[in-house]
Amino acid sequence: MKRFKGFLIKEFHHIFRDKRSLLILFGIPIVQILLFGYAITNELKDGKIAILDQSKDEITQEISNKILSSGYFMLYEDLESQNDIESAFQRGIIKEVIIFEPEFSEKLFRDGKASVQLLADASDPNLANMIIGYTSSIIQNYQQGLIKSGSVQPVITTEVKMIYNPELKGVYMFVPGLMSVILLLVSALMTSISITREKEMGTMEVLLVSPLKPVQIVVGKVIPYFLLAFVDTCMILLLARFVFDVPLTGSLLLLILESILYIITALSLGILFSTISNNQQTAMMLSLSGLMLPTILLSGFIFPIDNMPYILQLFSNFIPAKWFVIIVKGIMLKGNNFFYIWKETLILVGMTIFFLLLTIKKFKIRLQ
Amino acid sequence: MHIVEVSGIHKSYKSTKALDDISFDVNYGEIFGFIGPDGAGKTTLFRILTTLLIPDKGNALVLGNDVVKDYKKIRKRVGYMAGRFSLYQDLTVEENLKFYATIFGTTIEENYDLIKEIYVQIEPFKKRRAGKLSGGMKQKLALCCALIHKPDLLILDEPTTGVDPVSRNEFWDMLMNLKEQGITILVSTPYMNEAALCDRVALIQNGKTLSIDTPENIINRYTKIILGVRSDNMYDLLLKLQKYKYTHSVQPFGEYLHYTDKREKPNLEELKDYLNKNGHTSSEIITTPPDIEDCFMELMEEKEHVN
Repeated sequence: MKRFKGFLIKEFHHIFRDKRSLLILFGIPIVQILLFGYAITNELKDGKIAILDQSKDEITQEISNKILSSGYFMLYEDLESQNDIESAFQRGIIKEVIIFEPEFSEKLFRDGKASVQLLADASDPNLANMIIGYTSSIIQNYQQGLIKSGSVQPVITTEVKMIYNPELKGVYMFVPGLMSVILLLVSALMTSISITREKEMGTMEVLLVSPLKPVQIVVGKVIPYFLLAFVDTCMILLLARFVFDVPLTGSLLLLILESILYIITALSLGILFSTISNNQQTAMMLSLSGLMLPTILLSGFIFPIDNMPYILQLFSNFIPAKWFVIIVKGIMLKGNNFFYIWKETLILVGMTIFFLLLTIKKFKIRLQ
Repeated sequence: MHIVEVSGIHKSYKSTKALDDISFDVNYGEIFGFIGPDGAGKTTLFRILTTLLIPDKGNALVLGNDVVKDYKKIRKRVGYMAGRFSLYQDLTVEENLKFYATIFGTTIEENYDLIKEIYVQIEPFKKRRAGKLSGGMKQKLALCCALIHKPDLLILDEPTTGVDPVSRNEFWDMLMNLKEQGITILVSTPYMNEAALCDRVALIQNGKTLSIDTPENIINRYTKIILGVRSDNMYDLLLKLQKYKYTHSVQPFGEYLHYTDKREKPNLEELKDYLNKNGHTSSEIITTPPDIEDCFMELMEEKEHVN
């Protein structure tokens, strides 16, 4: 036990004396959360639009006002004719033009039907989609009001309600995803580098020759990173809660327990990588390209898994982060209790056991 | 009982033979040296003895334990100093030593006597990180770390490589002291002049031992007469001597070139004549007793002729 304690102390010395590891451990989580939370946002705010109102009646005025007062849009210019549309888009400032047909309100009340044309600059397809979505829903909303007041005949309309994230806030999505990426980075990358560094520096030779058991060496390497990854988890959750107002509808304890499980999965992957690579560079390449990229791309954190080709969907099942993202989203946003996420939990447990068994099989008590 | 008994060890890495049928014994309390150039197989052999590698063929007993089956017992009783010193660069001198003491289940205080003489030399720098030490100090610290658990056998892989000559001499003095205290030492080195400091040496080349004996016996077995030759232009002298028809070997050795003749007895007059004709009018020729290096050069050359 005393031996093990000595080993642990040494590990903490390594971590706290290396500025680069400190930066990775504590700098990256904060920067990433803030970046994703503030800069890379899917939300629409003050989008510049132009309106071509060929009718200029009460109804079109009301609709325009409603759109412009929503906070999503800002009127950049009023257009006079169809010919101005092209040049307005060309200048690249406005993202959408709303065109009301002539005699809008007459048609609406006479035929029960009038049309608004929405033109969006789709050179950024995601943004265009979003703008059209927001605009249509505001117009729909207005129509509902008309129907209720009895001034128009009812038509079938769809009513859309976004549950769990009614305001479609991007940060709700990023927090679970970032947690999975950051914990993986801290746990898998850092442990595998730390173990292979001993191989590279030749100190592993002496450690192996010492009476320390291989298990003690590995566990001693893992514990510091386990604790640090846990600190990171708390940091991310605090930032999410108090900076971005991400709700936590489920149990905090369950969330923490699941995070601990995921950290252990990531650590076991890190040890596995370090047993199969002989130097820090290989370990780093394995962790970064073999883990980080698939995690970012295939965990469903940025790109929805349901839209992927079948093969990639199958492949995504092998990414631990996919299951962790499902779990975290379930607990944070949907308020799931354990009975809704036991399957995902079991998969993570299974993966961890598999990685650990493989590591034990591969771990060398000798150099070759 | 021998401290180390090795018989018929073979070890290959893919197609290269690192060790080819190595056998030797090490007696209690002696300094046993392995001398050979880089790539001769010294590190591989030491890694087998420290249980870090498994031999392809053959047996090795260290302190009476088999290196494959009883590796755990050996690991507790051997002090190993690996080729690259195995220090944690980001830990201080004191922390390194303390760490090695702890993992071997002891403390610095408990075995301080053993390392005292060496440690006092680096103690003024005990708060300095190991990465910032000079080569000589790193070597001393690594030796302290290998000694801290009072091993019965000390295995040192090229401990003097990359260390200045003064520190090298000091290091050998330390080894002599340790030997006095009953620690058996197995050491490898590429420097032939260090062979004379060992009790017994094995010359190793291309994975084979060429000769195992005391340095005195190795020198006594040497029969050729060696001439030390010196002149103003040593490089040209070397070239001219290599062209001389009776030259058996010529090697630079410090201030002199060591020359041996193909005939049983060299003819000094003839040699002097040859040198005069070739522009070395002020050359000096002396007879000199063979050095262990001469013997090794000779052995290695013989070996290459056989191959």
